[in-house]
Order: sequence, then structure tokens, then C-alpha cells
Amino acid sequence: MAVIPKFVGERIKRREDPRLIQGQATYADDVRLTGMLTAVILRSPHAHAKINSVDLTAARKAPGVVCVLAGEDVRDSIATLPCVAPAERIPFHPTLAVGKVRYVGEPVAVAVAADAYRAQDALDLVEVDYDPLDAVVDPEKAIVDGAPILHEEFGTNVALNMSVPSPAMDEAMRNADKVVRFRIVNQRLAPIPMEPRGVVAQWNPGQRHLTVWSSTQIPHMLRSRLAEMLKLGENRIRVIAPEVGGGFGCKLNVYGEEALVAHLSMRLGRPVKWIERRRENIAGTTHGRDQITYLEVPIKNDGTVLGIKGRFICDMGAYLQLLTPAVPGFSALMMTGCYKIPAISFEQVMAFTNKIATDAYRGAGRPEACYIAERVMDVVAGELGLDPAEVRRRNFIPKSAFPATTAAGLVYDSGDYEQALDKALAMVDYKTLRAEQDAARKQGRYIGIGLASYVEICGIGPSAMLPPKVQGWESATVRVEPDSRVTVLTGVSPHGQGQETTFAQLVADALGIDIDDVSVIHGDTAIVQYGVGTFGSRATALGGTALMMAVGKLQEKLKKIASTMMEAPPDQLVFNQRTIALASDISKSIPLQQVVTAAYDFKQPIPGMEPGLDATSFFEPTGCTFPFGTHVAVVEIDPETGVVKFLRYVAVDDCGKIISPLLVEGQIHGGIAQGIAQALYEEVVYDESGQLVTATLMDYAVPRAEMLPHYELASTVTPSPLNPLGVKGVGEAGTIGSTPCVVNAVLDALRPLGVKQIDMPLKPEKIWRAIKAAHKG
Amino acid sequence: MYPSEFEYHRAASIKEAIGLIQRYGEDAKLLSGGHSLLPILKMRLAQPRHLVDIARIAELGQVTEQGGRIVVGAAARHHQVHTSELIRSKLGLLAECAGNIGDVQVRNRGTIGGSLAHSDPAADYPAAVLALEGEVRLEGPAGARSVKASDFFVDLMTTAIQPGEILTAVSFAPLPAGAGYAYLKHRQPASGFAMVGVAALLTLDQGGKCQGARVGITGLGAKAFRAAAVESAINGKAPDGKALADAAAHAADGVDPLGDIHASPDFRAELARVYTRRALEAAAARARR
Repeated sequence: MAVIPKFVGERIKRREDPRLIQGQATYADDVRLTGMLTAVILRSPHAHAKINSVDLTAARKAPGVVCVLAGEDVRDSIATLPCVAPAERIPFHPTLAVGKVRYVGEPVAVAVAADAYRAQDALDLVEVDYDPLDAVVDPEKAIVDGAPILHEEFGTNVALNMSVPSPAMDEAMRNADKVVRFRIVNQRLAPIPMEPRGVVAQWNPGQRHLTVWSSTQIPHMLRSRLAEMLKLGENRIRVIAPEVGGGFGCKLNVYGEEALVAHLSMRLGRPVKWIERRRENIAGTTHGRDQITYLEVPIKNDGTVLGIKGRFICDMGAYLQLLTPAVPGFSALMMTGCYKIPAISFEQVMAFTNKIATDAYRGAGRPEACYIAERVMDVVAGELGLDPAEVRRRNFIPKSAFPATTAAGLVYDSGDYEQALDKALAMVDYKTLRAEQDAARKQGRYIGIGLASYVEICGIGPSAMLPPKVQGWESATVRVEPDSRVTVLTGVSPHGQGQETTFAQLVADALGIDIDDVSVIHGDTAIVQYGVGTFGSRATALGGTALMMAVGKLQEKLKKIASTMMEAPPDQLVFNQRTIALASDISKSIPLQQVVTAAYDFKQPIPGMEPGLDATSFFEPTGCTFPFGTHVAVVEIDPETGVVKFLRYVAVDDCGKIISPLLVEGQIHGGIAQGIAQALYEEVVYDESGQLVTATLMDYAVPRAEMLPHYELASTVTPSPLNPLGVKGVGEAGTIGSTPCVVNAVLDALRPLGVKQIDMPLKPEKIWRAIKAAHKG
Repeated sequence: MYPSEFEYHRAASIKEAIGLIQRYGEDAKLLSGGHSLLPILKMRLAQPRHLVDIARIAELGQVTEQGGRIVVGAAARHHQVHTSELIRSKLGLLAECAGNIGDVQVRNRGTIGGSLAHSDPAADYPAAVLALEGEVRLEGPAGARSVKASDFFVDLMTTAIQPGEILTAVSFAPLPAGAGYAYLKHRQPASGFAMVGVAALLTLDQGGKCQGARVGITGLGAKAFRAAAVESAINGKAPDGKALADAAAHAADGVDPLGDIHASPDFRAELARVYTRRALEAAAARARR
């Protein structure tokens, strides 16, 4: 028999991919049930309007239509959409608008028919009488007196005003040689997963049981919230996250359509499907970022940063989704980055505006924080005429300080920031590069070198650190089946992250079996024990640890059984090549199958032992992990057109131990792409009246391959002490490091012109204007 | 995002297509590559009762040489135009332009006739077709007629096509021997359309001076246009940097530039000047005496 190799740390291809690239995956839209109807939603064309009336008479008579409903028809059947994060003012969030619409794209009515075309025909006949109201789209304008009020019951557009002063900041200001002040904007972005959202619901009236297929990152959390919204027992609901084509945070949520489609199925006694179209996805699925920050940074003349003080104005959008007001908190907590900055203080004003709600988007608060920290470093370097690499080096939390407690009170688990910086600088040959830059400048070329040393927060826990109803732990069940193949049930809900591969690698090595002997099941609440889901780069650090805890229980049991058969103590046994063998002499072994059979057939019971091979573990972390790294971008600006061309892009990332190098690289590639997109291309634009201007992918600029550089990747490995795998998380790292790195590179290129600030995205026209203004000035 | 109901007709010949259009009048729309029409249908901005598919009419998909002219059928796909040996050897500018349209998927579906008939102000083809002085063939119940490119583009998304007429082909004289050409564009980052696109074509006389310069510009104004002021400024001059730059400075003369979230009118005008100069430089570098 062929020798089974080790899998952890090897560059193996994703086991998910063959089905994905051969059209064999089952997404929500692939779920087809007998008698299934299709729902289509009518959305508000107004940013802010009073609804005088909704006339469904003609729509209900349209051919092929089964049901047409508006807000009043469902408001008593479906409870408010949940926001679990704390806020001073949480508005009622209807599934279908009642009395008023508050953003373009807000659901107003739904038609259910045999197919989407008939349903749309019916919606064309719905007559909504709107009284348009003044809209407010700029969060800074929303919080001043006289602004149009979204939720009259509050009398203000402020959802939450949180102030965290610090005596240390006053001291820092007193001790500073200088205080640098600037304003930065993290613009609003649309997550744009490849697969938009989609929901199928099937109510079984006989069993009084509801099955919901939803393109979600959090099947269990969705089940819990749906149970509340629909007033059903959690044991009456099965949520299935089928194949999910990406989420980037926007599917870490509970949406009105999920409750509405379930309600429709219960109401009609037939399965109902709703598939989001791309225009709906851009208008009606949560956006990310949208924070404005006014910064004050006390510094010493040697480049030491004494503190960061930030006033944040955060755009919530019209309603609060699941975690909307929680996201900006991470921006504040993490804004000192990987630096030993003794003082931090901040104020966050969270504003309602006539736009779709913001919520988590890849990085969720940390890209904003990193943008702050890394712009601070470059601004300080520019202010003092110091090298930006040197300023970073002077401020780094030293390797010797870990675990390190920051001014914000976070405990960074492990890190070696200087090593990552050094490695990245060596890869670009930084000294030579700066010399080349000088020479190029003399020829009138605009070459810029941008750095970003990032740190981010992953695997957030313990549970007490998270909002109510969101947990920090994760779960796993491992079952060795009677034929000694292994089934893993994980509480995480991968939607592109590849845990079907990484978790199989871990289990295969732990049990000495082949990767093809392991199957990983996820995303079905009827099969998988309660789990938390996939978000915040948590799946491997938390779900992987739960998995290894469960595997450990089975290893123990298997060894105990084997020990009776081999007459060797369990602690001297190892798993090797589908056998259990003596550690000291692996030629002395018995087939794993023999031990598994003994556990199942149980002809020779072992006192105190139950039959079977099934173990479940829940891992509650004691703290968060903090991946880090340094990215370097080298760009050249075309001064005539403002076009940014990449010359180099180097990323050194440290996500702790690496289980699957190919997947880590994939995550970093995708992350960098999205981070560069924020720096250069993407921006959700609403006009003054609240109309969504970037309503399609003809105007919302998701980058194409040609718009991105070749990535040169490397890593350092600083294991996390907080989990036995030593892993940290890598799902968001690329997004976090790349954005400031690219902005710093562009501004570095323009430094000789005295250009200090351009707000993202750094579109050619903005750069061209800055150059033109500099030449004039 | 779901079109309203329509009846689909697949025309087997130009004659049949003309008959269908005549029969259904304003209730009918022609379908070719569908790249402009389908999004409009899905948004229900247009709700035609009849779609007449002309994409599979064999003669519309051909690229041929007839009487010394190169005739590109209306249903020729961008990819086909980009890769056609005949077009590459005799109408290199058109092939280069086609290769710059959208992305691979768009080029595999979109057709030259559809692009010209739709006349999007940011479409690539009009710039090249103007510079190449193409002639658009229109066929209708009253017969066929030929319209010069310069007369074809009338205004924003408006062409010389009359109700009942079908754009069946566009024909060109082959490029003069030794001609240099280039199509350069600044892509709108989301759509890939031309924020500004410049097609430049010139030859050099015995003395190395530019002659017969033709410059088509798209994306800048409501419709693509020939930059006459640029052409007259460069003809008769040696193509040195200053002469080309001076000529290109006229690229936006007399045009009311478009503005949107991607580029203001000012910036579009500047892009037109810069890309015109670069296109002229590239064309001059390729031209042979």
C-alpha cells in the first residue's frame, strides 16, 4: 500500500474546487423543490419618503401571482430585524417598509408567483404613493441640528455617541514637541460577493417544521434570530448554508428577506425562493467602512508617537443591522496599530443616514484602524523629514514585550514586527530602491514607495468580549465511522476559506490516515452541533482548535482500546499509516480498522467505556490572536493622467503557523486585491438626494486582474500561544495591510510636489488635480 | 432584473429580419450580441414585445473583401474583428480597437453592428470607424443605402438609422501603404468603456511630413467625432514631439465634454489631449515613408 504522506504544511490544492469549477456545487439558486414559488421584491426608489398608501389590488390580479404583500401585511408576523450590538437608539427595522422608506433599495412589497417574471409583472402593477422627504447622506451633516430626521421617535440621527477620554492623552499632549492633525476618510464600500444573497424556505405544515436554505456565513446564529423573528422554537427550524459563493462579512447578518421568505412559505404552505439580483445586492446588502476620522497625534521630534486621539463620525446607514454599531469600535481599539503608543482616546458618533446600513466587510473596523495607524506613521515621517521605515521601527512594540497590553487595553498575543519589516525591506532592497527613487525624481518621474506594518485582531474571544448573542467559541464533532473513514462536523461555515481542505489535513495527520479518508461537513443546523460561524478570520484558530480537541478525545479512546489489544500503555502508542503503532517501534502495530471495529462491534467491552467513536468539543478562547506583517508597494504615477502603475508589490505576512500554504496565499492574494480596490478604485456613491449612483458593476469598480499587480509574498512565523495549533488567522490580513500601503506609496510619489493628502479612492482625476494644484501653487 | 414578456424571432436572412421589423414596428427590437439591449430589458427600461435575433444570419457574420473594400458584417464579434487576418493586414487600426473593447467575454459576444447602432458615447468602435472613414450599410424596406461614418453618428445614442432599417455592414478602404495607426484609451475602471478613446491614423510623405492624418475621439462628448483641428494642425508637419503636442492640444476644441462620477468634463478634456498626443506619437512611430 502506498505510503500516506503528511498533509499539514504542504501545498495541496483545495478539495472544494473541482465541484466549484465544474458546476457541481449547490448554491441557494440550485435548490429546486416541488411546487416551489419565486418571490421578487419591490424596492424603494426614494432615499427618504413618506408612504401614503400601497395599492396592491391590480398586482394581486396579475396572472400567475399567488401572493402580494406590503409592510402592513407582515409587521405583526415578523418581529424587527435584530441588532445585537449595543447602541443608545436601535430603531424598529421592518422587513417590508411601514409608513416610511429610508434608503434607496429598502424593501416595500413582495410578489410571489410561479416564476420571477410573473412576480416582477405583478410588482409593476403595485401603486405606492410616496411623499418624498429631504434626505441626508453625509454623516457629518446628519448629526447637525436641522438635518432631516430618519427616525422621528428619536429626534436625532445619532445612534450612539461614545466617548473614551484618557488622562494619559492630556499628558501626551503636554509632553509633545508637536501635535499633528489631519482628517481621513474610509469611504463606503460594497462587499460584492461573487454570489449575491439567496433564500429558499420550505414549511412542512404536518411536522410544523421550517427549513431555510440561505447564503449565509452564520447558519446557527441565523436560526436563533429567525426563531425569535418568526416566534418558532429553534428545534422547529433547520437552517442550511448550502454552497456559499463568498460573503466578505455581508453575509454575517440577518436580513429581512430571510425572515420574509420563511414567512411566505409558512403563509402559503409551499416552498418559496428568492434570489438577489446584483442591483439589489449593491443597493440592499450591507456596505462596509464609511468612517471619517479627525486625528490629533502628539509626537516627539525623534519620531516617537505619544498618542492618537480620534474623533470618528461613523455612517450607520438607515437602520442598524446585526452588528452595525459594533464595527467602528474595532477601528478605535486598533488604531495604535503595532506601535507602543502610550495614550489613546476617542469619541465615536454613529449617525443614521439615508443609505443602506453598514456592517462587517472584510476586516470590519481593522482596515480603518490600520489606515489610521499607517497614515499616522507616514505623516509623522513627512512632518519630521524622517524615513517612514525608521519611524515605524522606533515605535514598534518590541519583540520582548509580548504578550503586550496596548493603551486601549488589548493584549497582543505574540509578534515580531521588526522581523517582518526587515524581511519586506530586504525583498525590495529598500536602500537601493530609495536611491533609484531619487534618481528617477531627478528625471521628472514620480515613483513612490509605500509601507504598511499592520497588526489585526482575529479569532475574537473570549465570548464576553463580543456583543450579546454572539459567541467567541467554536465547536467541532469528529466521528470515526465504522469503516474508519472520518466525518468532521464543524461549527464554522466556510464559504471560500477552504476548511474542507485544512481541517482534513489536520485530522489526517492526527489519525495517520489519508486526506481522502476525511470528509468535512458544515453549514447545516440539523446535522452540525451549534456553532458560531465564519467571520473575523476565526475559523481555523477557533474551529480548528475545537476540531483538534475532539480529535484528541478520539485519539485517547482509540489508544485505550488498542492498548488492550497490544498490551502496551496508551501513552506509548502513535497513529501511523492507518495503524496504531508503538512509538518506539512502529513496525509493531495493529490496523486502525481493527481498533475501530472493536469500538463499534463492542464484543469485548472495556469497563467504563461507551461504544462508538464520536466526540464533540467546544473551544472557548482566552484571548484574541493578532496576525501582522509589512507590505511594500512601489508605484509610478503618470503625471499627465494621474494613473497609478504598480512596479512592485511585496507582502510579508505572519499568521502564525501555516497549515495550508496555498490557501494562505490565496487569502492574501484576494485580500490584497480588495485592499488595493479600496485604495484606488472602489467607492459607493450616493448623490445628494440619496440616489445610489454606483448601482451596477458598470459604475462600481471592482478591480479586474489587469488592474492589480503581481504579488511577491513571503512570511514569517510567530506562533500564537493561545491555541495548540499556533495559528492566528489570515482571511482579512491582506485587505488590512494593502490599503494604507498603496495610499502611502502614491503620496510618497507626490511628496516632492508637497501633496500631503488625497482621499480614497485615489482615482486618476484626484491625483491629476493634486499635481496640477501643486504646479500652480 | 427580469425582462417583461417578449416573443423571440430568429431571422434567417436580412430580408426576413426587415420583414419582421416592418411588421412589428416600434414593438420590435433587434437583438445581436445583446450586450447593450439585455441590461435595458432586465431593468425594464425597454419592454419590446418582439425581439428579432439577427446574430445568426450567416452573411452578417462575415468579413470579406469586395471590390477593393473590406466589408465587416454587422454581426461580426469583436473577437472576430480583433483576430481576422484580413482586418489585421489591411485595417490594423480596427483590429487594435476591437481588441481593446471590454473583456474576453464581451468580445466573444458583442458585435460591431450592435456597438455602432447603439452608439454609446463611450463605445470604442466609433473612434476607429470615424478615423477609418468607414461606410455604414443600412438596409430597409426601401432598399439599401450607405452612410459615411461622419454622417452616421448624430447625437447621444442617436444615429442616422431610420425606423425599419437594419445596420448590415460597415465597409472600409484598406489602410494606405505605410500608414501608422494606434488606438489608445483610458478605461473607465468599472465598465471598461472608454473614458476617452483616441484612434489616430497618419502617413508620412517622402520628406517625412505627416499627411492624411485622421483622428477619431470617443468618450469625450455626446458622440464620437473626428478631431478636425488636430488633423489640420499636424498635416504637413514633421511628427516631432512639439508638433504632435501642439496638434493634440486641439483635441477637445469645440466639444462639450461629458462629466460623471468617473471623470469631470475638465479631466476628460485633458485625457483627450494627452491620449491624442500619445496616439499620434504611436502612429507616427509605426508609419513608414
